[in-house]
Amino acid sequence: MADPDLIQLLTPEGERVEHPDYSFGAGLTAEEEAEQIRGFYRDMVLTRRIDTEATALQRHGELGLWAQLLGQEAAQIGAGRALRRQDFVFPTYREHGVAWCRGIDPLQLLGLFRGVDQGGWDPHESNFHLYTVVIGAQTLHATGYAMGVQRDGLVGTDDPDRDTAVLAHFGDGASSQGDVNEAFIFAASYNAPVVFFCQNNQWAISEPIERQTRIPLFQRALGFGFPGMRVDGNDVLATYAVTQAALDHAREGQGPTFVEAYTYRMGAHTTTDDPTRYRLSDDVERWKLRDPIARVEAYLTRNGLADADYLDSIKAEADDLGAHLRAGCRTMPDPTPTSVFDHVYAEMPEELRAQRDEFAAYLASFEGEGVSA
Amino acid sequence: MTTSKVTLAKALNSGLRKAMEDDPKVLIMGEDVGKLGGVFRITDGLQKDFGEDRVIDSPLAESGIVGTAVGLALRGYRPVVEIQFDGFVYPAYDQIVCQVAKMHFRSQGRLAMPMVIRIPFGGGIGAVEHHSESPEAQFAHTPGLKVVSCSNPVDGYWMIQQAIASDDPVIFLEPKRQYHADKAELDDTATPDPLFASRVTRRGSDLTLLGYGPTVKTCLRAAEAAAGEGKSLEVIDLRTLSPLDMGPVLESVSRTGRAVVVHEAHVNLGMGAELAARITEQCFYSLEAPVLRVGGFDTPYPPSRVEEEWLPDLDRVLDAVDRALEF
Repeated sequence: MADPDLIQLLTPEGERVEHPDYSFGAGLTAEEEAEQIRGFYRDMVLTRRIDTEATALQRHGELGLWAQLLGQEAAQIGAGRALRRQDFVFPTYREHGVAWCRGIDPLQLLGLFRGVDQGGWDPHESNFHLYTVVIGAQTLHATGYAMGVQRDGLVGTDDPDRDTAVLAHFGDGASSQGDVNEAFIFAASYNAPVVFFCQNNQWAISEPIERQTRIPLFQRALGFGFPGMRVDGNDVLATYAVTQAALDHAREGQGPTFVEAYTYRMGAHTTTDDPTRYRLSDDVERWKLRDPIARVEAYLTRNGLADADYLDSIKAEADDLGAHLRAGCRTMPDPTPTSVFDHVYAEMPEELRAQRDEFAAYLASFEGEGVSA
Repeated sequence: MTTSKVTLAKALNSGLRKAMEDDPKVLIMGEDVGKLGGVFRITDGLQKDFGEDRVIDSPLAESGIVGTAVGLALRGYRPVVEIQFDGFVYPAYDQIVCQVAKMHFRSQGRLAMPMVIRIPFGGGIGAVEHHSESPEAQFAHTPGLKVVSCSNPVDGYWMIQQAIASDDPVIFLEPKRQYHADKAELDDTATPDPLFASRVTRRGSDLTLLGYGPTVKTCLRAAEAAAGEGKSLEVIDLRTLSPLDMGPVLESVSRTGRAVVVHEAHVNLGMGAELAARITEQCFYSLEAPVLRVGGFDTPYPPSRVEEEWLPDLDRVLDAVDRALEF
């Protein structure tokens, strides 16, 4: 990966490297730094477990669909851990690792894919918006939200607990959408405190990155008038450092940034997809050598920062999380038929109320009827 | 009591101003709404008085306007979005239908979307293509949106304020042909009708004319002309298209036994089709004739030199009235 533009702080072999503009661990003691890297490791292992567990649940028929993030753990944990409490996140439907960082019970992520809800968490409580399925639409929401933050006077106050940034997630495929390009224009025009965080995982279902762009994606930012950079999205330290700098830039009132996290979708687009039809296993094998978790594990063990007991304890935690997901998923209650009327409007119109009542009466008309076996 | 004679344009402007004074979270956003005051001058002077942070001149991108307004609403603001012309709403259609309309539902009521999308609509102003359309049925067909249309200055003043105060997203259709047409006496201390309520604007006993927005005036003129021939027509200004307020409609049609719906939009699958179905379902034994529809033909909006023939006018309404009465 001899890409001079790629910002990297931890090589695939687990070696720390210097970068002229970005660093990890400045201001931390050695123990604090090790603690933080162990935290990233734990986050990534647990996130991968959420993903493999949910994939298995789909194969068992418990989920209708699952959007896999395998291979993108570092991009998501690096970005997610760079956030401050007051920042707000607009995810795609694949941001399971960022959701984890925002304290959302991963069980709640399954509701959408099981078909029991369309987002089970409270975005205002977690500062993490609902998953958005329409590709790229959320980048405009993020930009508008950031314009609201500006109007609330919460940028450039020099108070780290108040200054607020917005993180907009999207992928390489979304970069072709009009909404994403409009979001860039609005964010630039109003200097909105938003970070556009693109996980370039090389594939939009079957369409390779070459179908979306002739230049490296991060270079597009220049045309919109704000900075863009490409970070090794499989390097959690670099992703953290770059995202943190971009979020600080936004919080200080310096406007938007485009971060291209260069990574690879190791799994399928979703559980309905079959990547063997359109890509070479050689590519996948090459990217396996750049695994985001293995390099951190290598770094930690080689430097005596984690021992076998520690790694085992994380594995045990992942097993517990898996059990929690399996048990919780199977017992998620289905919505009741009349509940579909509940939140169409803040103020339910009379005609909808009447339709609901009619439907309820229709359903009630079957009660007491014997069902023949 | 403060009364003044105002046009619809001025009434809307005053209503917007009042809403902005009453609630600092109300923002206006759109193309040319600031310094210019909007191409129809509906937001005239508001940026000067409320500043660029509250009256926001936007880049020229409708999806961007509505999409960022979604974000502003999520942050606790009440954006009032102006789409410059009816035919330009379609780039924002995805944001309106997939995001604005569904946010409250998919969040199980946790997220509100108190947004007003103002759309000058309808024809008759001699405009070039894409400037004279009537897209109301597309939005009335979308659960999660509310759709209203004002027909006169007094309603314009109150309805825009009520729409802004609503916690649900409202598509607010303004009959652009009426912006500067007539003046009406506005008493800003009066108690307005509720937003989602239809209103009988002329009493009659032989047939019920149903209109909204620009066609209310046409219906009233038709009723006046018919009265000269001894026919008594009732006119209802629907005002709300989603939800429909069927109470006054059903009460009226059960008395008159006949109904004609008049709108500028194409009749095929338009509001008239829904009204005819509901009247038939709920007034079947009172009907003396099928519900008739008068509207734009099922063609794209035509070049302006032929639009007056294409649009439902006094004579086409009276022709339908005669057919219904003779049935």
